[in-house]
Amino acid sequence: MTAHLISLTRQFAMRPLTTLGAAFLVLVVLSAVFAPLIAPFPPDAIDPVNRLLPPGGAHLMGTDHFGRDTFSRVVYGARLALLIGVGVVSFSLASGVPIGVLSALYPRLGRVLMRMVDVLMSFPSLLLALGLIVILGQGVFNAILAIGLIYLTTTARIVYGVALRLRAEPYVEAARSMGAGTWWVVTRHILPNMISPLMVQASFVFAFAQLGAAALDFLGLGAPPDVPSWGNMLAESRIYITRASWLLLWPGMMIVLTAFSLNLVGDWLRDRMDPRFRDVVRK
Amino acid sequence: MFRYVIRRTGAAILTLVAASIVIFGFIHMIPGDPVYVMLGDGATPEQVAALRTRLGLDEPLVLQYLIWAGNALQGDLGQSVFFETPVTQVIADGAETSILLATMTMVWIVGFGIPVGVLAAIRQGRWIDQGLSGLAMLLASVPTFWVGLYLILIFAAGLGWFPSSGFPSIFDEGGLSNLRYLILPSIALAAPNAALILRLTRASMLDVAREDYVRTARAKGIKPYRVVTRHILRNALLAVVSAFGFTFAALISEAVVTETVFALPGVGRTVVQSILRRDYPVIQGVILVIVCLYLVINLLVDLSYRMLDPRVELE
Amino acid sequence: MTAPVLSVSDLVVSAGPKFDIVRGVSFDIAPGEILGLVGESGCGKSMTSLAAMGLLPSGIRVSGGSIQLNGTDIIRLAPHQRVQRGCGRMAMVFQEPMTSLNPVLRIGEQIQEAVRVHDRAASPPARARELLDMVRIPDATHQLRAYPHELSGGMRQRVMIAIALACRPAVLIADEPTTALDVTVQRQVLGLIRELCDSLDMGVLFITHDLGVVAQLADRVAVMYAGGLVETGDVVPLFAAPRHPYTAGLMACLPDPNSDDPMLATIPGSAPRPNEIKQGCPFAPRCSRVDDICRRGAVPITFNDSGQAARCHFPLTCEAPE
Repeated sequence: MTAHLISLTRQFAMRPLTTLGAAFLVLVVLSAVFAPLIAPFPPDAIDPVNRLLPPGGAHLMGTDHFGRDTFSRVVYGARLALLIGVGVVSFSLASGVPIGVLSALYPRLGRVLMRMVDVLMSFPSLLLALGLIVILGQGVFNAILAIGLIYLTTTARIVYGVALRLRAEPYVEAARSMGAGTWWVVTRHILPNMISPLMVQASFVFAFAQLGAAALDFLGLGAPPDVPSWGNMLAESRIYITRASWLLLWPGMMIVLTAFSLNLVGDWLRDRMDPRFRDVVRK
Repeated sequence: MFRYVIRRTGAAILTLVAASIVIFGFIHMIPGDPVYVMLGDGATPEQVAALRTRLGLDEPLVLQYLIWAGNALQGDLGQSVFFETPVTQVIADGAETSILLATMTMVWIVGFGIPVGVLAAIRQGRWIDQGLSGLAMLLASVPTFWVGLYLILIFAAGLGWFPSSGFPSIFDEGGLSNLRYLILPSIALAAPNAALILRLTRASMLDVAREDYVRTARAKGIKPYRVVTRHILRNALLAVVSAFGFTFAALISEAVVTETVFALPGVGRTVVQSILRRDYPVIQGVILVIVCLYLVINLLVDLSYRMLDPRVELE
Repeated sequence: MTAPVLSVSDLVVSAGPKFDIVRGVSFDIAPGEILGLVGESGCGKSMTSLAAMGLLPSGIRVSGGSIQLNGTDIIRLAPHQRVQRGCGRMAMVFQEPMTSLNPVLRIGEQIQEAVRVHDRAASPPARARELLDMVRIPDATHQLRAYPHELSGGMRQRVMIAIALACRPAVLIADEPTTALDVTVQRQVLGLIRELCDSLDMGVLFITHDLGVVAQLADRVAVMYAGGLVETGDVVPLFAAPRHPYTAGLMACLPDPNSDDPMLATIPGSAPRPNEIKQGCPFAPRCSRVDDICRRGAVPITFNDSGQAARCHFPLTCEAPE
């Protein structure tokens, strides 16, 4: 265990940028958890006197057109970012993994399921999400489902590819030929080997979920306007950008740095991954 | 070759049929009566009945689909509830903007993504490669609308070099010079996709550089520059070409946002506005056309890929 | 004896500090002579040939010695630099004919490319056709328009040889050129190499792990073990009476059709990795004739009457130590 930690430390030292990225992600998680302790103001405290204040003084990042404290809203925004990320990743894994594994195990079912995945993939991703929003209506939970649906397809494809390869591995063939049941093969051989490709996929999905959610917020089809999400903050700041450009800076930086950090971590995980699966998980 | 084209086209048509069922079905998945949703609470029963009849909602589902699909095949996508004009007309109105925007964006993507990717690969491991690769990953992590807003802030509001929004047709007064309205939007739209193509070009150049035939080429005594252009680049571009279908899909997705940021009268903004107006016939029609276009482009990419690579069996 | 066309002396190739893959290899090749370089995989024979050709992969470099082609030092020069300096008359044929030709270019273009670099006077298409005739590819005009994937493995290897000949080489390096081919095709390609070597008066460095091929083809043999040469000599006496215990061990591993013993002989243990080699003879841990002196200091080269050299304290014609 200690040896493992030491080697992990060494790997981080080799990739300073990735280390910074991971540190930033820790920061985001901390600010989400301890938001009420960190934020100096409630995120929705309106203060008409102090509208559109530039950064400085009591308002570290300035205030918006309602006089709300930008820093506090950015801190609370981390909660929504995490919620969206965790939600989208869980949904896409919980649906994509069974579809992919079943398709690999039962080729006839697989042909049907993969064809359905193909059909979903023939919709440009944001349009697919928008379509679902039209059906479900807007809201945080529905945004998670809508973005999750996009990555259901990619996750199912990757899982299918990896599972097919694993199924053809000599030791899996051997286990099957000795009468190992399907359930045994899946739990003992396929799923454990899939962890690292799935972790890579999860970090990329987490990153793109941030961008997707921000786009939905910006179009006014994501989180309700009163929720302090980074995307909503950007959407609201749009008409004030010439007067209060800082409103554009902070939430945008948070989205970019979060997505960038997740991409860095995903790249690092991919480089550590079994080379057999690298081409399957290629972005 | 001929048989391959037939088979591949058949598969694309099947996908299109399945996709059209999804698109058709979606209006029926909306909870509540879509007619009430479209017309709002103040609708009179007569209005509701009239719209129901017009949308054909009283017929059995299968028949409704067949009528809708049959009409679509004849170029009739129904009437817009909001504009009271044919959906095809609504799409045609936005087509010029969207097509020009997509074309300009593609020019940036190909013009920057590929050469810079080649440069990064040639200088693999040097500072310029690390800088460019890092920049590419950063750009791929940036929301397009945020880039767009900053471009407006700096180049339109600040420096005044380009207009900040709108797009008058190039057939109106101003002619081709109206394209300047599309410069900032196309840059915003190109940024993440050019970054993706850059990364892909670099990776596939490095993959190809490890191939045995590149060593053969070096052994012949050809100059390194020729080895890169004739042997590495040519093969590396094959992988890049095959990614263009995907790039196109990403482009459409992000165009929806970009057109909204820059208030461009394109198809993407029409989708968003139609969603907000609950103009379902327009949403259905636009998505059907886009999926159709996407499938055609993917088919063309696939076919051209096969023509470029002599190894692929065309039977 | 004629002056050597290729002369390699004390070549050292390293993949990093204290990680020498090739440790002081020396050999000469005369015009019209085939030198068979034999050894197990990983013994450094391919790296020796790539170093001679100037094609070492990045991260691996020549750290000592000299390589002379017709008296000109060409060490550390890449092929195109050699062409620029007018000393590029060397060519190489690789192991994998399947992957060594560019899949998207026609055969003709790939040959003409080499002609244009090395043979300014010749008309590329005419010369390409002539080269295909030389390597016995029938219907040359038609085949020039073929893509590599349309040819069989043996044909592709002939094309590789044609590309090599387009460089008008004084020395041809062939790195396991027949390993990936069927046995019958293998024999044809070997015959072709022998013939071209004689008719063009070319020196050939033929690298293989297959002693049978060497016995059939080579004029002289150099046996490599763990990055160094252990024995060199003319092919007939060397096969008749190997002097180094490793060479003898290799030969004992060849199946003997006249023997009833179903078990093949093996050499116990495995070759050391480059960073595991300590002082003394690298074969000592596996050698049946080992003595204390083998584990200390450098091992001298000894010659016998027929000029057969072995780097061994106790070559096989001498008395074995007690």
